[in-house]
Amino acid sequence: MTSATSRQAPGESPRPGPRPKPAPPSGAPIRVTGAQSLVRSLEAVGCEIVFGIPGGTILPAYDPLLDSTKVRHVLVRHEQGAGHAATGYAQATGKVGVCMATSGPGATNLVTPLADANMDSVPVVAITGQQSRALIGTDAFQEADICGITMPITKHNVLVTDPAEIPRAIAEAFHLASTGRPGPVLVDIPKDVLQETTTFSWPPELRLPGYRPTTRPHGKQVREAAKLIAAARKPVLYVGGGVIKANAHAELLRLAESTGIPVVTTLMAKGAFPDSHPQHMGMPGMHGSVGAVAAMQESDLLVALGARFDDRVTGQLSSFAPHAQVVHADIDPAEISKNRRADVPIVGDCKEIITELVDAIRVEVEHSDKRVDLAPWWAYLNGLKETYPLGYDWPSDGTLSPQYVIERIGSLVGPDAHYTAGVGQHQMWAAQFIKYENPRTWINSGGLGTMGFAVPAAMGAKAGAPDKAVWAIDGDGCFQMTNQELATCAIEGLPIKVAVINNGNLGMVRQWQNLFYEGRYSQTDLGTHKHRIPDFKLLGEAMGCAGLRAESREEVDAVIKQAMEINDRPVVIDFVVGKDAQVWPMVAAGTGNSEIMAARGIRPLFDEDL
Amino acid sequence: MTRHTLSVLVEDKPGVLARVAGLFSRRGFNIESLAVGRTEYPDISRMTIVVSVDELPLEQVTKQLNKLINVIKIVELEPTASVQRQLLLVKVRADATVRSQVLETVQLFRAKVVDVSPEAVTVEATGTSDKLDALLRMLEPYGLREIVQSGMVAIGRGARSITATAVR
Repeated sequence: MTSATSRQAPGESPRPGPRPKPAPPSGAPIRVTGAQSLVRSLEAVGCEIVFGIPGGTILPAYDPLLDSTKVRHVLVRHEQGAGHAATGYAQATGKVGVCMATSGPGATNLVTPLADANMDSVPVVAITGQQSRALIGTDAFQEADICGITMPITKHNVLVTDPAEIPRAIAEAFHLASTGRPGPVLVDIPKDVLQETTTFSWPPELRLPGYRPTTRPHGKQVREAAKLIAAARKPVLYVGGGVIKANAHAELLRLAESTGIPVVTTLMAKGAFPDSHPQHMGMPGMHGSVGAVAAMQESDLLVALGARFDDRVTGQLSSFAPHAQVVHADIDPAEISKNRRADVPIVGDCKEIITELVDAIRVEVEHSDKRVDLAPWWAYLNGLKETYPLGYDWPSDGTLSPQYVIERIGSLVGPDAHYTAGVGQHQMWAAQFIKYENPRTWINSGGLGTMGFAVPAAMGAKAGAPDKAVWAIDGDGCFQMTNQELATCAIEGLPIKVAVINNGNLGMVRQWQNLFYEGRYSQTDLGTHKHRIPDFKLLGEAMGCAGLRAESREEVDAVIKQAMEINDRPVVIDFVVGKDAQVWPMVAAGTGNSEIMAARGIRPLFDEDL
Repeated sequence: MTRHTLSVLVEDKPGVLARVAGLFSRRGFNIESLAVGRTEYPDISRMTIVVSVDELPLEQVTKQLNKLINVIKIVELEPTASVQRQLLLVKVRADATVRSQVLETVQLFRAKVVDVSPEAVTVEATGTSDKLDALLRMLEPYGLREIVQSGMVAIGRGARSITATAVR
């Protein structure tokens, strides 16, 4: 998307004359171009890194970017990579991730990562070039109505039509992206707005009369919740990604330990509560642990914290947790009672809510004459944990077990690393078999389910946490969607590790074809096994990475250790695994959670198939 | 399903109408009537939206609407506690033989004739949608040549102002 939209006059130097370097912002307005104003605004708002690709209409912005000592630009290979990298950066650091693209196709290539960030409430700011004001609406070259296109998939977006408005637009975008329920914000800036001379002063005044997120919870609601929690015999803390977003993991630990209530963490919340903690029942939902799913089904009180009763968690809504009352705490009032009616709604920031809940519960317990004994509840839950631990069988055909590979990566690399995943079987196994102890260490595409997320997200996470190991657990299908960013990683000094769990197939689709389409495998064989096309080891090497391969159990540990020792370039490991492994347990789509099938060795509905 | 009238105060910014209309269709709600206009504050516009929807989905769509950054305030106006009006212009076939009958109907509804030609009259009427429907039913036998209707606008009864509290 790099074709320039305006022709260079002959003889004109591409970078005319020296220009003043952007100085640190001070209060007084100074004369700058719109583009300089943009770069200064990014510096002033604390942006450290931008992932992007230049092109015709965003070209003016790239000129002052060259002089910035504060903002690093990472030149990606595809705008989708820029968007997911911004998301990975944001998820790993808690800061706002920034991506930049030109108008038209550059901007539309950001659509998938913006939709992804919107579904997973990730603070991302996208800056796009737009055709000059006079050309907007004329179907000009590389013109796309990106504000119109991204309206339903961003928290907010804005077309800046006056260069004087640039600082305010950027400040508002970062404010909107990072406060309340976080989300992506797109700022579209026409080329001539970037070129025009204007004034820059910082900080600008934010003008957002319709934006007042509630962070302080209502005291009465907190006390109501505390009353229910203190009286519940089978309570469950249903923890969602909002707890990580609110940096409330320490508060959650205090709440859990002071009450003794079992905890389940959703796919988006892995790491919010240590997997090793005895009160952790695991992940609920379609591929959750039997213990977590059963705990919710049998519960008399669900305390939802920053979770949204997603269909992948509830299964058939009408039969979900049928005996439970619901306390629903979320910063977004629209999530409360959206899918499941809440008996006690609490709107606010999870950190504040949980802090106040801990106190309110203590008061409630002190003033109550009898204490509820959770021992019978725990006896039931521990029984489930023992009877139905997460597990897997080795493939009967002697091939390598994908679960084993992922489990070994988790064990050898440990809980201090960041892990990203694509979408599918490998994602579920990475959620199940790697043990997460810290928030922000598990980064995946939960809501949108974006295949190809792992590599660019790992790139962003590595840029945000350069001292941490970052492992992308990827599938061979996903990997082939976005692996171009390996070149970016190699050149920009972002040595990520990519474990391609290569089963030669679109594994999750194949699993569904096996279970629900009589084993008719339509268009799921990628041929990666049969033809070794591509050869992932060679592909990695061609991209400037170290290429490794493991095909047997014996090779797995050695290859992982080898990868851990390579830190001067990215590593791609081709783990050639069996194609018939399946993700269990499983609640089939559209069925109730009580129909959960197949804990280890118990596969009541699919005895013939397996 | 019941009919609800929502008064939505929004920032007067480009694309706000698209954001609001898009949200309704995206979440599966059908807008029955929509009117947008200025208010006593230069940077605030007011939309009056009529939707047929049950109580629970209404709560959801209101919450989603509130999440739009450019939406400042939403108030549901109950029909009994508000004045609700729509404007209708209708061209009725009315040659000399029936013109007096048509004019009688127009007077009955306190509507007025705003244009006359040998074969037709154009009638202007305001009121609730029920009243305008009744007028149209009465005029229909003469032949309705063309109808145009505005969206519903509504304002709460009494001295309280919803805009005054919104801009505080």
